[in-house]
Amino acid sequence: MENNILQIIYLLASVSFIIGLKMLSSPKTARQGNFLAAAGMGLAVIATIFLYQGHEGPLGNKIWIFLGIAIGSLLGTLSAKRVKMTAMPQMVSLFNGMGGACAAAISLIEFGHINASSPSGMVFVVVAGLVIGSVSFSGSIIAYAKLQEILKSTKKLPAHNIFTSGMLVGIVGLTTWMTMGNIEPGTFYLLFGLSLAYGILFVIPIGGADMPVVISLLNSFTGVAAAFGGFLYDNQVMQTGGILVGSAGTLLTVLMCNAMNRSLTNVLFGAFGSGSSAAAGSGGPKSELNIKPTTASDVALIMHYAKKVIIVPGYGLAVAQAQHVIHEMETLLEANGVSVKYAIHPVAGRMPGHMNVLLAESNVAYDKLVEMEEINEEFAMADVVYVVGANDVVNPAARHDPSSPIFGMPILNVDKAKTVVVSKRSMAAGYAGIENELFGYTNCLMLFGDAKKTLTEVVSELKAL
Amino acid sequence: MNSPETSYTLNHNLKMEQAINFLATYRDIIYILILSVIVGIEVIGKVPSALHTPLMSGANAIHGVVIIGAIIVMGQASPDNIPALIIGFLAVILGTLNVVGGFVVTDRMLEMFRKKK
Repeated sequence: MENNILQIIYLLASVSFIIGLKMLSSPKTARQGNFLAAAGMGLAVIATIFLYQGHEGPLGNKIWIFLGIAIGSLLGTLSAKRVKMTAMPQMVSLFNGMGGACAAAISLIEFGHINASSPSGMVFVVVAGLVIGSVSFSGSIIAYAKLQEILKSTKKLPAHNIFTSGMLVGIVGLTTWMTMGNIEPGTFYLLFGLSLAYGILFVIPIGGADMPVVISLLNSFTGVAAAFGGFLYDNQVMQTGGILVGSAGTLLTVLMCNAMNRSLTNVLFGAFGSGSSAAAGSGGPKSELNIKPTTASDVALIMHYAKKVIIVPGYGLAVAQAQHVIHEMETLLEANGVSVKYAIHPVAGRMPGHMNVLLAESNVAYDKLVEMEEINEEFAMADVVYVVGANDVVNPAARHDPSSPIFGMPILNVDKAKTVVVSKRSMAAGYAGIENELFGYTNCLMLFGDAKKTLTEVVSELKAL
Repeated sequence: MNSPETSYTLNHNLKMEQAINFLATYRDIIYILILSVIVGIEVIGKVPSALHTPLMSGANAIHGVVIIGAIIVMGQASPDNIPALIIGFLAVILGTLNVVGGFVVTDRMLEMFRKKK
């Protein structure tokens, strides 16, 4: 009876995950969708504690379970509430790592229940849960450390890809070996260590701009690890939840790669995310660009008399915490009859959609944020384009220069506008580590300085006009 | 008794039978696997890119369902198996962090998408 009720609750929880994810895909229902999935999860957790019947009867150690949940809830809520919106991607990565560690921990304990007579399916599920959970854990922690800028190196071992491929072959080989019935603790712990090391080496060489792709991939890994736990306990809610995230996460990863016009292999195993800084430093054609610096008052003036202004926000805006000031500038211009829109590149910020969240936080209306395909036709009609903290996504070389590392990447065609103002701290290259020829164009003006400081100056100039 | 060929055929038939038995035994799991994969792909396919981050974060919270495994493992650990109790306790904390942190951070992101005006 109790078990039947538990199974029905698991069914309800599984459905809540599916419908919740579906509702998350529309701005109107997203919040309720998240709440629905959370409610399903809460129900499944409580039902498991009180109704689960194992081989040895109901679950024990309930005090410890409740204590663990209480500690986790407290820490989770506090850190999720306190994190700044700009630091969100690394927060997601950190929570993802916790899930991976949880899956690995389950396997570590369940290994104690395995012996030579265990069915090979069970051995495989325990070992695979350990491997994927550990890779996801150590990889997510490195991704967190890199985005948080605790770890800045993108060091590669000599012959890095060959070395890591060798490790991967070793991991797959040992997993197969154990599944075939060779159950020795030594092999198991060797596999544990190898998986942790693989997660670290896998993420370390990947550049900051590509980190969202990696986080998304690790997210789907953890989903798969959770599904293995579901197979182990023949637990349907873990299976559906885990596989759902595994497949959705994989597709999301591919969508992100498409937005950058790069293949997943390209992101993971090389190209400009890693070694190109050396190439860019080696005497690029820096002196050839004829740059025209401008001042805040000039920029305020041309925008004041413009009909149409498009703002292109990039991660630099978020770093400078300037999203509120930019909204103030938008309001001032609109009050003066200037049409203002925001052009959002699919990978603006650190994750797709990150910039939308940041701007929404500072009360920019949702319908003012226009996606790349739509806005690209409007640049030719714009009087002023204000680029703040973005670089590679507005580099025209991506359209016409096959020798450029970002050739083929979809970009915002800001160079088509009458005037482009680029607010930038210095002439330093962007994430791709390459020079931006846009800065030398005749219609491009450079506004040097911290994004927030220059924007504040522009705003006060606008007020004075 | 058996010539090498007949024993090969027998062996082959046995393998076929094993494969079919395997599929039949794990029928339910295979159903769940295929349907969940398709549902996952369908759900993500039509999402505006503005919602990718909250969606990833929401999915991140959902795979926190691994907490249920942690609860089972903790609940079944015998009271004198100290290492299992410690790892299990940690697993419960980590899983809860994934679930609670994941849902709360997603909610914070989505709060920003409320209709203005």
